[in-house]
Amino acid sequence: MARKGVSYAKWGYIFSIPFVVTFIIFSLYPTLYTVVIGFTDLRGLGKTTFKFLSDPFANFTAILANVTFKQSLANTAIIWTMNFIPQITLALLLTAWFTTRRFQVKAQGAFKVLIYMPNIITAATIAILFNALFGYPKGPVNDLLIRLGFLDAPSNFHLQKWTSKGVIAFIQFWMWYGNSMIVLIAGVLGIDVTLFEAAEIDGANATQIFFRITLPRLKTIVLYVLITSMIGGLQMFDIPRLYNLGRPDNATLTSSVFIYNQAFSGSYLYNRASAASMIVFLIIVVLSVALFFIMRDKDEVKARKLERQIKRRGGVA
Amino acid sequence: MKSIKASTITMKTVIYIVCIFLSLLSIFPFWVMIMNATRSTYQIQQTSVALFPGKSLVNNWKILTGKSFNPWVGFVNSMIISTGTTICAVYFSSLTAYALVAYTWRLRNAFFSFIMAVLMIPAQVSGIGFYQFMYKIGWTNSLLPLILPAIAAPAMVFFMRQYLMATLSLDIVASARIDGSGEFRTFNQIILPIMKPAMATQAIFTFVGSWNNLFIPLILLTRQEKYTMPIMVSLLRGDIYKTEYGSVYLGLTLTVLPLFVIYFILSKYIIAGVALGALKE
Repeated sequence: MARKGVSYAKWGYIFSIPFVVTFIIFSLYPTLYTVVIGFTDLRGLGKTTFKFLSDPFANFTAILANVTFKQSLANTAIIWTMNFIPQITLALLLTAWFTTRRFQVKAQGAFKVLIYMPNIITAATIAILFNALFGYPKGPVNDLLIRLGFLDAPSNFHLQKWTSKGVIAFIQFWMWYGNSMIVLIAGVLGIDVTLFEAAEIDGANATQIFFRITLPRLKTIVLYVLITSMIGGLQMFDIPRLYNLGRPDNATLTSSVFIYNQAFSGSYLYNRASAASMIVFLIIVVLSVALFFIMRDKDEVKARKLERQIKRRGGVA
Repeated sequence: MKSIKASTITMKTVIYIVCIFLSLLSIFPFWVMIMNATRSTYQIQQTSVALFPGKSLVNNWKILTGKSFNPWVGFVNSMIISTGTTICAVYFSSLTAYALVAYTWRLRNAFFSFIMAVLMIPAQVSGIGFYQFMYKIGWTNSLLPLILPAIAAPAMVFFMRQYLMATLSLDIVASARIDGSGEFRTFNQIILPIMKPAMATQAIFTFVGSWNNLFIPLILLTRQEKYTMPIMVSLLRGDIYKTEYGSVYLGLTLTVLPLFVIYFILSKYIIAGVALGALKE
């Protein structure tokens, strides 16, 4: 670039070396190692030597037939859904409120700070805090419900399957809707203002503007929130593990907790845990790729169409 | 016209009520936690929701630290790991991003596509292999495997690259060369200062993320003197603190106190950072 005959290209390689070397050692190698372990007999605390199995897929078939593993996948899906539907709904509602000019919501900054706050607090702490809040017989939630007259006697929430699932879903929802809201608001602020102005001139009301202009334009960002939430949900570990240890009766056992229990308790089945990890990993890959392609194309086509329409109308007005 | 105005006012009232309710919902659990941290177990058993503090803080502290929970050890370990992780991630991600933006090299595009492809892969799926590998080379119960992997942080490289593309003019690099500055010195003394705003944002999130991380430390660290804050917290769930409600709440409070301080000083930047993270998409 600067002087002829001097090539700086090698510096591109040199400056990439730390990243590449670290990635190979601490990401690529452990990932491949996990795959390999999935085909071996590696089990038992402190063991590092292994033999490949005569039936290479034995661990995978065993895991896929494992009732508890299937249940853990179902639990993960159920808890994630119970968290995500209210999360995205509330985040979208708040986004609509905060960005509609007619409402001019004051103190938005303070609301955002408070609503986002649970997101940065240690999930492990929150799980144990909620365990204490829902304690029996003298936890704060029992206390409140009795004082407000909803309950006559304290209820042992930790023994109830659906309450335990619900509390974990609530914690996830409560920790993440603020994050989703801020991401969505940023998305709305990125939309061309003239689109809203044109719609207002055409006499559209706030609801129409939100559903016809804001929401279609936000599709990519909603997809982003959905994918990142799914990938995060599939790794849900701290909260289900510490809130109720997967109890009662495995009702809150998520796939990550299952994998952890397989590998680091009981008979230390590293091979089974690896096989289960790979299955979860495949689900993550398939979900993100599929969602990415399904929503991307439609969105682009529609956005272009809308742009053309607005331009035409803008020209007339 | 009048009805529109009236409906706007009704709507605004609803909005404020909901927002205030949600704000209280964020505060309430932590409020109960902090108040109960200062109350005796007996008081908590009488009424477990209190709006005002009690007088048992010192006693709770004695019970808490008299058993296996050692907040100071957890704090120091978490501090070392989070600081080390943040420095590694921010410095080397900037360096890698600079390599991608400032130089034209044959594998550049392939390298960038690769970074994009691994962006979403969570560290947890390779946890078993990582554990086995570290166990083999005797690095369990060491803080290094919790810090060094941060040198390769694909998501941050991506973010830093976008930032550099928007702010860096290659003329600066060229004139530094004319002045006789070596490539490495140019990066350290000229480029890094330019990247300060992006580095600050990323540093906050990396630090908090590392501070809160439970899974990998939990599988690697088995000795109590190496425990991080989140592992210390998980001790509060065990039987040893079963009936010591006040101490449990105090232990929980201690683990989040540093985060509350960071958050209320930096909340503006954190919120802006969350928004920025979305816009890159």
